[in-house]
Amino acid sequence: MSSTTAAHHDEHHDHPTGIMRWLTTTNHKDIGTMYLTFSLIMFLVGGAMILAVRAELFQPGLQLMKPEFYNQLIGVHALVMIFAALMPAATGFANWMLPLQIGAPDMALPRLNNWGFWLLPPAAILLTLPFTLALFGIGDGAIATGWTFYTPLSIQGGIGVDFAIFSVHLLGVSSVLGSINVIVTILNMRAPGMTLMKMPMFAWGWLVTAFLLIATIPVLAGAVTMLLTDRHFGTHFFDAAGGGDPILFQHLFWFFGHPEVYIVLLPVWGFMPQILQTFSRKPMYGYKAQVVSLWAIGALALVVWAHHFFTVGMPVPALLYFMYSTMAISLPLAVLFFCWIATIWKGSLSFETPMLFATGWIVLFGIGGLTGLVLADVAADAQYHHSYFVVAHFHYTLFAGGMMGVMSGVYYWLPKMTGHMFSERLGKLHFWLTAISFNLTFIPQFFLGLAGMPRRIPDYALQFAEFNAISTVAAFVLGFSQLIFVYNIVSCARGGKKATDRVWEGAEGLEWTLPSPPPYHSFTEQPIVK
Amino acid sequence: MVMQFLKKAGLGVILAMTSLAVHAEYTWNFPMPATPMAADTLHVHNKFMVIVMIIFLVVLSIMIYSIVNHRKSKGHEAASFSGPSTKSQVVWTLVPFAILLYIDFILMGIPAYHSVVMMEDTKTNADMVIKITGSQWRWQYEYMDGEAQGVKFVSNLTTPQDQIDNKAEKGKDYLLEVDNHLVLPVGKKVRVLLTSTDVIHNWWVPAFGSARDAIPGFLRETWVRVDVPGTYRGQCKELCGKGHGFMPVVVDAVSAEDYTKWVADQKTKLAAASAGADKTWTKEELVEHGKEVYVKNCAVCHQAEGQGLPPTFPALHGSKIATGPIFDAEGKLVKDGHLDRVFNGKGVMPAWKAVLNDTDIASVITFERNGLGNAVGDMLQPAQVKALR
Amino acid sequence: MNSNEKRQQDNKKLGFKLLWIVGAALLFGFALVPLYNVLCTVTGLNGKTNATADVTSNKVDVSRWVTVEFTSNVMPGLGWNFYPEQPSVKVHPGQIETVNFVAKNNTNETVAGQAVPSVSPGLASPYFKKIECFCFKRQELKAGETKLMPLRFYVSTDLPNDVKAVTLSYAFYNAVKAAN
Repeated sequence: MSSTTAAHHDEHHDHPTGIMRWLTTTNHKDIGTMYLTFSLIMFLVGGAMILAVRAELFQPGLQLMKPEFYNQLIGVHALVMIFAALMPAATGFANWMLPLQIGAPDMALPRLNNWGFWLLPPAAILLTLPFTLALFGIGDGAIATGWTFYTPLSIQGGIGVDFAIFSVHLLGVSSVLGSINVIVTILNMRAPGMTLMKMPMFAWGWLVTAFLLIATIPVLAGAVTMLLTDRHFGTHFFDAAGGGDPILFQHLFWFFGHPEVYIVLLPVWGFMPQILQTFSRKPMYGYKAQVVSLWAIGALALVVWAHHFFTVGMPVPALLYFMYSTMAISLPLAVLFFCWIATIWKGSLSFETPMLFATGWIVLFGIGGLTGLVLADVAADAQYHHSYFVVAHFHYTLFAGGMMGVMSGVYYWLPKMTGHMFSERLGKLHFWLTAISFNLTFIPQFFLGLAGMPRRIPDYALQFAEFNAISTVAAFVLGFSQLIFVYNIVSCARGGKKATDRVWEGAEGLEWTLPSPPPYHSFTEQPIVK
Repeated sequence: MVMQFLKKAGLGVILAMTSLAVHAEYTWNFPMPATPMAADTLHVHNKFMVIVMIIFLVVLSIMIYSIVNHRKSKGHEAASFSGPSTKSQVVWTLVPFAILLYIDFILMGIPAYHSVVMMEDTKTNADMVIKITGSQWRWQYEYMDGEAQGVKFVSNLTTPQDQIDNKAEKGKDYLLEVDNHLVLPVGKKVRVLLTSTDVIHNWWVPAFGSARDAIPGFLRETWVRVDVPGTYRGQCKELCGKGHGFMPVVVDAVSAEDYTKWVADQKTKLAAASAGADKTWTKEELVEHGKEVYVKNCAVCHQAEGQGLPPTFPALHGSKIATGPIFDAEGKLVKDGHLDRVFNGKGVMPAWKAVLNDTDIASVITFERNGLGNAVGDMLQPAQVKALR
Repeated sequence: MNSNEKRQQDNKKLGFKLLWIVGAALLFGFALVPLYNVLCTVTGLNGKTNATADVTSNKVDVSRWVTVEFTSNVMPGLGWNFYPEQPSVKVHPGQIETVNFVAKNNTNETVAGQAVPSVSPGLASPYFKKIECFCFKRQELKAGETKLMPLRFYVSTDLPNDVKAVTLSYAFYNAVKAAN
């Protein structure tokens, strides 16, 4: 390495301290930490919102809030959880771990990385600000259309919709910047000798996610921009009066919205096999098959969007196409499940907290996947659609499949990031409370849906009372169990038993060759992969 | 261990729920189907559920076997395969693929195909046609042909606000009761046309197995053939604003004779309402009746005292429109005047001409001008409203 | 140029290349608007009925009847009464038919309205051909004016055999804000 780069590095070493360090940092570990912290905070914010909703639904009748406020809570809960909790968590892992896993000194575009993160807090503020404004009598609160912005309800809505639109713009720019960075990092920054087919699975998962993001986020940005001009500048993209069509919005939204599900899940599908492999002390099964499946799912994700709105009425050929193409997603997914289970098969298993979450994740995400397969059936979908059945289904995919996967990842890498071991006892307690209360929250919702309870209603008929009561009690247990998670993370960051470099007995991969925690600048000399 | 515990916990929950089921009305599946479509949907749903349960249990047992037997604590040595490299491993990897291929496109795909075709078969052999219009937050029904042609009415939630606010005990059909039920003859295939005047709604009766969006400016259709007489209840299931949870659907399926009787009743009622509009009402009568109409239809947005919920729902107390002129000097309706706004609507305000009869409209306007803290002093006769139709 | 700077340049280059994909996706999003309209017209997705015809059809399929029903909705904000003169008409495919709709402005000002047609079942909409329709352009009614609005149409002989009834609905909107 030449002397100029050495000097360059020295500059970086006297980085500013305090708030300025975080505002100006281009270090991938700092940015990763910020993403993960932001995600954790927003996870609690989104969770608090939905606990208020569950409290309202504890019994029939309106107890705590007006329907207008209820509608705001459910929509903002979803936007916060998806855009401000799940996606930043995945980006946080990408920042922290991708360079370490592929032997790169940093992300490829460090300054872009900083901007990408600092767009998030303003976006979150924009999204939730209308709640506060309403307290001072400005506007009528946050977006009340659900997270889907469906027209014409969103055209009718108040300033909350505009705030949400701008928030989505910022979040979109942030994810696009993050994705570009991930793609360039993966394609250009791998250690010598690490061919694409030798990459860790996490890199593959994220590569597919990044391509999906840059292909679909602009479509969402376009759709909400059209919504904005329809609201304020007299266009009629979605208004029949001017030759537009409200259903067009649903097509545009779900062209983004369906891939979004995989955007959230693919990074998890990436690191999960690594966790399974570590705690099975056995090589990952079917690497190639998994890579092919990830890409197949990514491709299918782009062509199945209309299954989110079968009930708007479509010609039979369109219904059949979207039904069968949706069912086809189960094929590569079945291969993935097979590979995950084959990875633990005949291993030498031990169940530390990350592995508990990982096995629980396979089972619960399996329920999400299988109910998704049933939902693809157009005729039965007329019943499931917009009922609590769907609510339960997508919480099995997004909470169990997404969030619990993220939790597994946090426990897996936390000792590497902080240099300390977390409390295994609290971790296990967190897992069992989460897994059990999660099921108790959402299994009743499957039955509520079948019995005919529509989603997004603030009050319900008496026949739904018992299941709702069970669901609410369990949701509160689920919510408060997450405080154990927070406590465990915070105390682990502050101190504890020193973690070894390898942390877990069966851990394989470049990130485990570095000290725990890794130095501020790692892999200034790239390792050679054989 | 892990999974066994999970299983035990799950079993406990199910047992707990079943014991509650003895004294509570629990439903574990779709409601009893009342139409061929719902019967088919239930059948398909049951079949698919059995299939996915089997997949789930098979996969779960494989996992449990592995989790129990391949533990490090039991001294199990890790194998080293990372296949699929041998022929048999490749085959193994393709097995789940093949199973799912069979399930997706044969086992589930074929019955699903037939269900779709049946669900969308609105075209053939319809005995009658009804049109359903969704508005925030009520349904309007109109009989398009047959003996009931011309019958149209609005269906409003009747659950009192006191019950919703927990100030009174909740009735048996809490939130699922309306003033005017949709009445359909049993055994007749009814083609259902759907549209909306404001946002997207969705007309859903779980026992019918059909749910279809009502989209403003566009026409959609579905069909029902109720084979079992009875009263069926459902709800709007597309988020349509603050009253989304409060626009139920209630359908009475009756025999042909009862249907004919009901149609005759409706026609008499329509004639009576028309006659009522021709008589001259006193101001007191109008205000009294208008107050009832207001509470039922207007108070949800403009609030009980007329204070409104600005900015979306303006106050009526002291409102320029509600205290301004109704007709101009030539006796023509003032555009954007009080009656025009109520009669024809604008933006979020529905066009009440399609919803309320002449007497209701005249009364509620008279009430708004002389109640809610307003004192314009004039009144509107039903005949004046009738003249606009 | 050392290897590190070269790598940074490569990274930026690739980053900018990826921006092209982002730009293309954004364009694609907006292009979906006209694409969707084309798709709707061709397949009848959504029941949009843009099918117009200026040639009179030459053959009439007298072997079957199709019932064409009419219905209307006056949307909030338009002070008109608007309804079909007759609720339905029976036609042979190919046969040209004229029906009237009655429109009355019941306010004291001139008001323009725009009718938006929709056909159900959606799959029949490409076969519903309008020769002359008040919905082709915005309509103006003076204060208190009543007007008969004619629709001249035929149902194409290509209409699938199993379609026995077609419903045409008009949603009449206030045209003041409708620019196109």
